[in-house]
Amino acid sequence: MTKVVITGMGVVAPNGVGLEAFTEAIKSGNSGITFHENLKAANFSCCIGGIPQVSKEKKLEYLTPLQLRGFNSSGILYGCMAGMDAWKDAGFEVNRDSELDYDSGCIFGTGTSGVDKFREAIYKLDAGDVKRMGSTVVLQTMASGISAYLGGILGLGNQVTTNSSACTTGTEAILMGFERIKNGQAKRMLVGSCSDDGTYIWGGFDAMRVMTYKHNDTPHQGSRPMSASASGFVPGSGAGAMVLESLESALERGATIYAEVLGGHVNSGGQRNGGTLTAPNSEAVQRCIVKAIENSGIDAKHIDTINGHLTATSKDSLEIENWTAALGRKGSDFPYINSLKSMVGHCLAAAGSIESVATVLQLKEQFVFPNINCDDVHPEILELIDDEKIPKQMIKKVLTIAAKASFGFGDVNACIIFKKYN
Amino acid sequence: MKKEELIAKLKTIVQPYIQDEEAFKNLTEETTFVGDLKINSANLVDVILDVEDEFDIRIENDEMERMLSVKAAMEIVTSKIAKE
Repeated sequence: MTKVVITGMGVVAPNGVGLEAFTEAIKSGNSGITFHENLKAANFSCCIGGIPQVSKEKKLEYLTPLQLRGFNSSGILYGCMAGMDAWKDAGFEVNRDSELDYDSGCIFGTGTSGVDKFREAIYKLDAGDVKRMGSTVVLQTMASGISAYLGGILGLGNQVTTNSSACTTGTEAILMGFERIKNGQAKRMLVGSCSDDGTYIWGGFDAMRVMTYKHNDTPHQGSRPMSASASGFVPGSGAGAMVLESLESALERGATIYAEVLGGHVNSGGQRNGGTLTAPNSEAVQRCIVKAIENSGIDAKHIDTINGHLTATSKDSLEIENWTAALGRKGSDFPYINSLKSMVGHCLAAAGSIESVATVLQLKEQFVFPNINCDDVHPEILELIDDEKIPKQMIKKVLTIAAKASFGFGDVNACIIFKKYN
Repeated sequence: MKKEELIAKLKTIVQPYIQDEEAFKNLTEETTFVGDLKINSANLVDVILDVEDEFDIRIENDEMERMLSVKAAMEIVTSKIAKE
């Protein structure tokens, strides 16, 4: 059976742009959450959020002045940056004239593309100016805008597409690329996901009152997964990307190998048995984790660390309960667990890929990043697992297997198992 | 506004969202929205918006967090109308 390994990664996160800065940030427990005047001006209850810091000069390192003309899609920008970085990190050139590669494809997800550009276009159209909308409205607002941009920039000739499954998107994209390589349909797949930032993408969540409004004066303390004082999630944005490759191809090229993707599972709770459009069916969540472990050919006891979905809403305790049931492990026997959202917020469609990059970095460099804002672990969680399994400071640890799960609106689930490569 | 009148208005507002007919029929001040009427918690926001429109008031986030039963809703609405 073909093994699938990760040979390149890229990340654009609120607390670090680029792999090096991001690694440093997650080891140190740096928050990327800040106050945003435009959210306040729009009367948001939650005026804090995670937005990656990207200068004009930095943009020009990735996109040409022509590509940036009339460009107004933060998600596509973040996705292109992370995707191009991952491709280069894997040892490939990013070159307009590179040869078309039919063995390499791209599955890059998003929730919705170019909302700001869409708004711009609607205003022009409503003013009767449809002829003056410009040539890139479609490219920036179509769901598959990001995979279209990356496919062309990198010259990919295999499947080039975009997946979308709410907050599960990024983790699902990795599993879809994994399966394509496993099935022998591609040698390399650039996988990942991206999400826009700002009022238009976050407004609907503010209206649902699922974001915290209690930390507008203390943004760094706002995102509090697993904490007793958690009061809703903090919105984030950005992109994460990985180059997945058959082990054979990676060895042939002498590529650096970050980790192996052992397997995983994707399913849905069907909005039955307690599941709704916004709440998970626990039975399906547990099944997803169990099936991912089975698919990876390991035993639950082999999992050293978990990167949870853990958004800092009232559902965190339920998620921990589901993990303990699915793994048959609790108390001091439970693996380490952390949530990147404590530092970057909930990056929505980009969450699964950014968090997977963080998970793989842990395996590569043998550490567990800290959960910040979690000094007051929720008592319901402490009834299930030991406090020391939720690190508040980075710990150095010998790690072999890490599990990552994401859950999304629509009652959809994805769980993936990574293994350190020896 | 009379108590009975207020309850009747609230009853009309929550009707589209309820998933327990029996509890709805027997609605009293003590009835809770999620626990008794089985309203999907995500829909609570919509109930609040409908209450705001019906009584021409604005309900703040912390008030909304408390507004989990008919009684709490009545208290909040009454205090708001009194201020107008």
